[in-house]
Amino acid sequence: MAGKVIVLTSGKGGVGKTTSAASVAAGLALRGHRTVVIDFDVGLRNLDLIMGCERRVVFDFINVINGDAKLNQALIKDKRNDNLYIFPTSQTRDKDALKRDGVERVLDELKDTFDYIVCDSPAGIEHGALTAMYFADSAIIVTNPEVSSVRDSDRIIGLLASKSRRAEFNLEPVAVHLLLARYSPERVRKGEMLTVEDVKEILSIPLLGVIPESESVLRASNTGTPVVFDEESPAGRAYHDAVARFLGEQRELRFLQPERRSFFRALFGRA
Amino acid sequence: MRLLNLLFPERRTSAVIARERLKIVLAHERASRQAPDFLPVLQKELLDVIGRYVEIRSDMIRVNLGRSGDTSLLEINVEIDGGGVKPTKNGAAGDSKETARIDQGVAAPWVRPS
Repeated sequence: MAGKVIVLTSGKGGVGKTTSAASVAAGLALRGHRTVVIDFDVGLRNLDLIMGCERRVVFDFINVINGDAKLNQALIKDKRNDNLYIFPTSQTRDKDALKRDGVERVLDELKDTFDYIVCDSPAGIEHGALTAMYFADSAIIVTNPEVSSVRDSDRIIGLLASKSRRAEFNLEPVAVHLLLARYSPERVRKGEMLTVEDVKEILSIPLLGVIPESESVLRASNTGTPVVFDEESPAGRAYHDAVARFLGEQRELRFLQPERRSFFRALFGRA
Repeated sequence: MRLLNLLFPERRTSAVIARERLKIVLAHERASRQAPDFLPVLQKELLDVIGRYVEIRSDMIRVNLGRSGDTSLLEINVEIDGGGVKPTKNGAAGDSKETARIDQGVAAPWVRPS
């Protein structure tokens, strides 16, 4: 078995990379695929919090790269889904500890046991981000409908086309997908936010999904549950759709229209 | 659809402005990203050579690689100060009062790749 490496990257920080990595990985696991999600943000570990396993971290990515721990000592099994594992990063070491040959060795080992290896990239275009994208087979570009995020996404798409392993060895290019997060249909309607068509046209890469701005995302991170486990939430369902499309299913886009809230829901309901 | 657009032109909302700004800035950035690495060096060497004859500052020379259909076009623009060409020591330049352009006045047909 040879697992596929998926990187979630964006260039810009704060657009929802970790939230999306957690939900994409959990979504793949929910569909029966053995999945591991790796935190590449050395020094700024956060995936463990979003996944709700921060108190179970013993060894980390850098320990395994340096040979101080075995892979199965560092992998954390998710308590909600048997197919899902979390691979936390180091909170203390500096980011240069992420050596490319070490990363390659670890990824190759993971490919033997997992169907999907989801890499949560740090922001920026420095060493950590470049290492996270280097070995990718597919990339999910997490973008917000906002000028700086779209510009940085364009830059990252350029880097994937020139600086990835697939580019350097003239292999089939990294399959690039757009995940538009924090989309507010209401603001789009008012002409205050770029539309999904605008972003699609500007970046000209296939659209994997649109995640609506949703209160449930913060609630999910508060409790350490990937939002994809929240079946009630539009964001959670949008992540389900995105994962289904990633796996080749055709699904209509949802949540692109402002939500009509009934009088009673407006009075008593939660979003 | 055309008629509709004529009757109801798109409002200049902030989102429309954002889209237009992005299109322009990304067209520029994509063009320069595809530029080969030798352009800055070429620019510097040209500057050295021209500087032997004419007084010139680094911001007066522009080197671009563009594309128009199947052909690539290396465009080199050298601007000479409005006050006239000031020959350096060995200089052999004329007294043109206008901006000298090495591109022979050909309207640059290249378009930036979108």
